[in-house]
Amino acid sequence: MSQATTHAANSPHLEPGEGEAGTVREHHDHHELGFLRKWIFSVDHKVIGMQFLFSGLVFLALGGLMAMAIRYQLAWPWRPMPGLAWMFPATGGAISPEFYTMLFTMHGTIMIFFVMIPLLTGAFGNFLIPLMIGAPDMAFPRLNMFGYWAMVPAFFFILLGFFVEGGHAAGGWTSYPPLSTIEAAAPGSLTGQTCWLLGLTWVGVSSMMGAVNYVTTIVKMRAPGLTMMRLPLTIWSLMITSLLQLFALPVLTAASILQLLDRTLNTGFFTPTNLQVNNITPDSFLYGADSVGAAAGGQPLLWQHLFWFYSHPAVYILVLPAMGFTSDILAVHARKSVFGYKPMVYSLCAIAGLGFIVWGHHMFTSGMNPALGMTFMVSTVMIALPSAIKVFNWLGTLWGGRIHLRTPMLFACAFVSMFIIGGLSGIWMAATPVDIYIHDTYIVVAHFHYVVFAGSLFAIFAAVYHWFPKMFGRVMNETVGKIHFVGSFIFTNMTFYMMHQVGVAGLMRRTADPYAYDVYQHLQPINEFITISAFCMFAWQIFFVVNFFHSMFWGKRVGRNPWNAASLEWDAPSPPGHGNFDRPLEVYRGAYEFNSPEVAEDFIPQTRKL
Amino acid sequence: MRYFFTLMLLLVPILGVWTFVEADRWQLWFPQNVSSFGAEIDGLFDLIMYMVGFTFIVTEVALAWFVFKYSANRPGKGAFTHGSHKLEMIWTAIPAVALLFIAFAQMETWAKVKFESNFPKEGKYTKERPIAELWASQFDWRVRYPGDDGVIGTVDDLERSYEFVVPVNTDVVFHLRSRDVIHSFFVPEFRLKQDVLPGHTIPVWFRAEKEGIYDLVCAELCGWGHYKMSGRMTVVSQADFDKRMADIKAEWFSNGKEQGQ
Repeated sequence: MSQATTHAANSPHLEPGEGEAGTVREHHDHHELGFLRKWIFSVDHKVIGMQFLFSGLVFLALGGLMAMAIRYQLAWPWRPMPGLAWMFPATGGAISPEFYTMLFTMHGTIMIFFVMIPLLTGAFGNFLIPLMIGAPDMAFPRLNMFGYWAMVPAFFFILLGFFVEGGHAAGGWTSYPPLSTIEAAAPGSLTGQTCWLLGLTWVGVSSMMGAVNYVTTIVKMRAPGLTMMRLPLTIWSLMITSLLQLFALPVLTAASILQLLDRTLNTGFFTPTNLQVNNITPDSFLYGADSVGAAAGGQPLLWQHLFWFYSHPAVYILVLPAMGFTSDILAVHARKSVFGYKPMVYSLCAIAGLGFIVWGHHMFTSGMNPALGMTFMVSTVMIALPSAIKVFNWLGTLWGGRIHLRTPMLFACAFVSMFIIGGLSGIWMAATPVDIYIHDTYIVVAHFHYVVFAGSLFAIFAAVYHWFPKMFGRVMNETVGKIHFVGSFIFTNMTFYMMHQVGVAGLMRRTADPYAYDVYQHLQPINEFITISAFCMFAWQIFFVVNFFHSMFWGKRVGRNPWNAASLEWDAPSPPGHGNFDRPLEVYRGAYEFNSPEVAEDFIPQTRKL
Repeated sequence: MRYFFTLMLLLVPILGVWTFVEADRWQLWFPQNVSSFGAEIDGLFDLIMYMVGFTFIVTEVALAWFVFKYSANRPGKGAFTHGSHKLEMIWTAIPAVALLFIAFAQMETWAKVKFESNFPKEGKYTKERPIAELWASQFDWRVRYPGDDGVIGTVDDLERSYEFVVPVNTDVVFHLRSRDVIHSFFVPEFRLKQDVLPGHTIPVWFRAEKEGIYDLVCAELCGWGHYKMSGRMTVVSQADFDKRMADIKAEWFSNGKEQGQ
């Protein structure tokens, strides 16, 4: 690295690792690589980003299908799904209760660990970081390749789980023990849970490799003149996200290994003594073939602390990059500098910092000491402050701009609109007494879907539309893009907005048949409405799929900078070749110089010397 | 197009507020409250709702208005600015104060409901002498009353599944215990929820102020049968309660058991 950095300082055209055992040399040799080296075992950050993008989108479709099945059951419990009798011969196509628990467990797991994290950090982190900081590739290209290939065992285990005896993990995406550790407690706790744990551990390995790489690359390989305070906010957000992963992931990995030990070697980290599951007596339990360890004497709450110590920062991992993309896209399409660049950076840091001391808000009703709940409430409520600052600054960015309502801009505006809803509803959840009532109800479901689905996924759509020209040298079709946006926006809100009120009515999440309770019976019609909206929203994504693949091959060709953006990635050819930049780079200013009175155009590229 | 997209963004606050206003009429709002602290919890919910509702309307309308007003159709360049220190100070300080206010407004109620130091000490039932132990297991609720001696864990304990009978207008303390996995005690009408942790005994208190039969819901995923882990919370007058206890006792000891055995 040190060699590469010295080199970087001397030459505007960076060549990482040059002279270092040829780690990335194959990039710069211009002989043709075979298909395997070019597309499968590639060390090129752009190709690796693309691999994450495609696998993420495939899993998005899978997770989406599961959501549809969940919604079907909630609208019409136990009714056979039309045309699916072949898949579920035992029930004639109906969803069984154990299948339902597996569905929402795996929907959450897949969407978080196999869709959002890989798309935000894996796909866009990989693709954008070197391009936006003017580097020819990542600091450790080979580690980067392993980062994607560590996802392969993760894919394997997470898919294997669907085919093992008892089905996949069914303890919720949070996998609280003892439900998840004792085989007798749930069918999914037979082998499925082990697959789940192995899958997640491999995702962690992948994220760790990525995070090390991103931080090193951003710190060490910026183009000459590109100071930290001239970085685009996308890069800041990806860097903060990587730091979150570096500090939080080891805890999740440790926790998953402890749970694996509980399950395989009969240790008892999370299992208290004297349990009696499924009428199995404690004796046969302790010394028999069952999974609870003779050691036992463990603490179920320990898992919750360890899990949320990672998974709360993970919630910010799911939204910080989206905030970064939004800041960039708003600025470019509103032809306006990001309002309050420094407060934007500081608020990202504040969210990340506070993000480490709020995990207990998932545990207000868990039996944790209520005095701790009080502390976690204050830190949680205060984390709304940097989020609010970001919203105000986005509005400030739009103020006085000249807004072009292209598809990426529409999705970015929708992100702001939806994030406001998701952020504000979080305050209810943070308030401990209110949370006593709304904890584990649909208002929580509404809250995190507004942040992660309507928020982050819309930002991902914005990013795909925005950076598509850089990825493939073609733009996506505007008309189809707008159609995709309008339907997605309307149906998303129809799906998730009323969940707030349903939650206030007390409806719990994770219930296969809520109408078994008198108190929820009147909620069936509204659930039917939500389900139909969700179906429409899912079906509407066909516009995206068609537009994506059609534009990839037949879209309108564009040059380096179709949006007249100022940041560095638009200085590279579209799509960039190996080594990214074909001309020397020198950076003279921040990434958001719009409407400067110094020039006739309405923007100044970062590389332009005045 | 600008008009269309502005309208779409504007529909978010309009329909958003409208659905909250109408929710009560559509029966998509709180079920009735029957516990002594429920009204405070609802009040805090409303307090936050009005504060975030105001912010919601202001920011969403501003977003729609900016998208409309600062369109690319207008002539000339856009504004050249990188921010305003003064504005940043204002929109940091005001929300900070509001958020701290929200946080501190919660504390009293939270302490009242959950702090063991605030549990009823005067009445018939206390943390040390609870009205019953409520045992959760896959997938049912079992209540263990202490019997005549008022002490749980003795031979005259009475057990009953599914239904938990308590007297009205009385501070009731009970213990939550689990045989197997984590469950959660939730009675929507009481605004009360508490997870049941295996290996722990968790004391809980409430005071029901209206007689009736309420659903006891398991609110923490506890396995494939989680959806059907229902119970019944029966709130009756003191006289009825004594009578019900006598019935439960008679029923319990008629099942092949005799008192003092």
